[in-house]
Amino acid sequence: MEIKEIRNEFPQLSRTVYGKPLVYLDNAATALKPRSVMACYEHLAAEVSSNIHRSVHRVSNEATAEFENARKRVAEFLNAPSERNIVFTSGTTDSINLIASSYGQAFIGRGDEIVISEQEHHSDIVPWQMLAERTGAVIKVWKLEDDLRLGPSSLEKLLGPKTKIVCVSHASNVLGIVTPIKEICALCHRHNIPVCVDGAQGIVHCKVDVQDLDCDFYSFSGHKIYAATGTGVMYAKAKWLEQMPPYRGGGEMIADVTWERTTYADYPFKFEAGTPNITSVPTLVPAIEMLEQMRSLEESSAAVASYVLDALQSDKRITLYGDSSSEKLPIFSFAVKGAHQEDLALVLDKMGVALRSGEMCAAPLMHRLRVTGLLRASFAPYNTIEEARYFVECLGKAIEMLTI
Amino acid sequence: MNTLEEAKQAVIDDFSLYDEWLDKYEYLIELGKGLEPFDQADKTDDKLIKGCQSRLWLKCEKKDGRLYFTADSDAIITKGIISLLIGVYSGRTPEEIAGDDFSFIVTIGLKDNLSPTRANGLASMIETIKCFAQDER
Repeated sequence: MEIKEIRNEFPQLSRTVYGKPLVYLDNAATALKPRSVMACYEHLAAEVSSNIHRSVHRVSNEATAEFENARKRVAEFLNAPSERNIVFTSGTTDSINLIASSYGQAFIGRGDEIVISEQEHHSDIVPWQMLAERTGAVIKVWKLEDDLRLGPSSLEKLLGPKTKIVCVSHASNVLGIVTPIKEICALCHRHNIPVCVDGAQGIVHCKVDVQDLDCDFYSFSGHKIYAATGTGVMYAKAKWLEQMPPYRGGGEMIADVTWERTTYADYPFKFEAGTPNITSVPTLVPAIEMLEQMRSLEESSAAVASYVLDALQSDKRITLYGDSSSEKLPIFSFAVKGAHQEDLALVLDKMGVALRSGEMCAAPLMHRLRVTGLLRASFAPYNTIEEARYFVECLGKAIEMLTI
Repeated sequence: MNTLEEAKQAVIDDFSLYDEWLDKYEYLIELGKGLEPFDQADKTDDKLIKGCQSRLWLKCEKKDGRLYFTADSDAIITKGIISLLIGVYSGRTPEEIAGDDFSFIVTIGLKDNLSPTRANGLASMIETIKCFAQDER
């Protein structure tokens, strides 16, 4: 499909703000939704409203089939060994809370060490801090190198007999640099340490094969890959899913309940207490289809990314964090000399350009960069070179308005 | 000195001169740039206003029964907004300020066109000015 046809599938791309065409460059926060996803949601709400896995009636069977089909599709998408490796959650944050809580309960105790990279989003920091507080475990920070890359040799120095898990994002939501996950997994596994990957940004742009990466956990959110909000995935290796205790109690996740003793269902169901997001989870199927279709726009995406990178790097007033000397996602975070990021975002908003300003849920990384916040433009394959040019032109105007 | 009502009406009039929000923001930016200098020594934590994504310091002094406000921020639009409030409320009596409903901010539509964090910041600015006035009554 051509980019024009793809754009037609995303109705929000044709809306206006303040009478100007919306240029949506906040895709790393949430992606726009294609018609196929909306149609899927509407179909489920209008025709297949029924709880799953329980009732014997026809509509319930259809709802179960839709839900379980999504599990199969996600397993295939990640090249997971089985759909049983896929646990549905409400998003990346929920997935990591599950891992921290459940893996933590089984394997992490007083004095044990949790290694977390310095580039992590709060979602991959706070659940581990809460676990550390409960158990007396210790957090070790895997610092970025001077070039803002994660160095495997720095990681190796932190690993020891007490290290119980290494937590790292596939790509930082600020820097956009792709982490060498495969290499890190191999390194950690030599020390018998599992690796928990926050894939919220990586899943959007990288082809993920969890068996090739050999990661122990991989989490992502549906809404960043064009699916309905409130959907998420936690992939884990079977050996962990077998050993991890349930995280929340309730319906769905049990085998048998008596007042004396309750036994639990097998995984993945033991981690899916209560009615899951039955209307939204199946939207992952058309969303993944759209994502895979948009891989045909690779050439256009690369042109957009290199144009933006060049424009930002050649402007002396701008400091870009996370350059392109290794694989980089189309996520551009930068500071402008003499202009506050929020002022820039507010002015650009009035020109129709939607982007993110602030700490971007990565305060420790902001401290490391010695900034109070940054401005971030993040692109999706449906963004055109014309939009990129308009953004650069507006950014120039906004800087002039604010600094002269 | 004009009355409080006149000062508010002047702001409403100024804002209505511009149809485009971009122009209204350009006006705020100009106001921000023109904000009176603030003593660096006054940039203390007790003068920081909570709820702003950018930092904003607001100082209140009482002279001859009237309140005088000065402020500074690291963001220019925040400076513009506080400048607008200072323009209306600085030099008034505590009674005048405490008795006002600050509804001209709603009239100019500013609150609806700010990001939620900035809107919270604006609410905090107003709250702080009101508190100063109530304390000094």
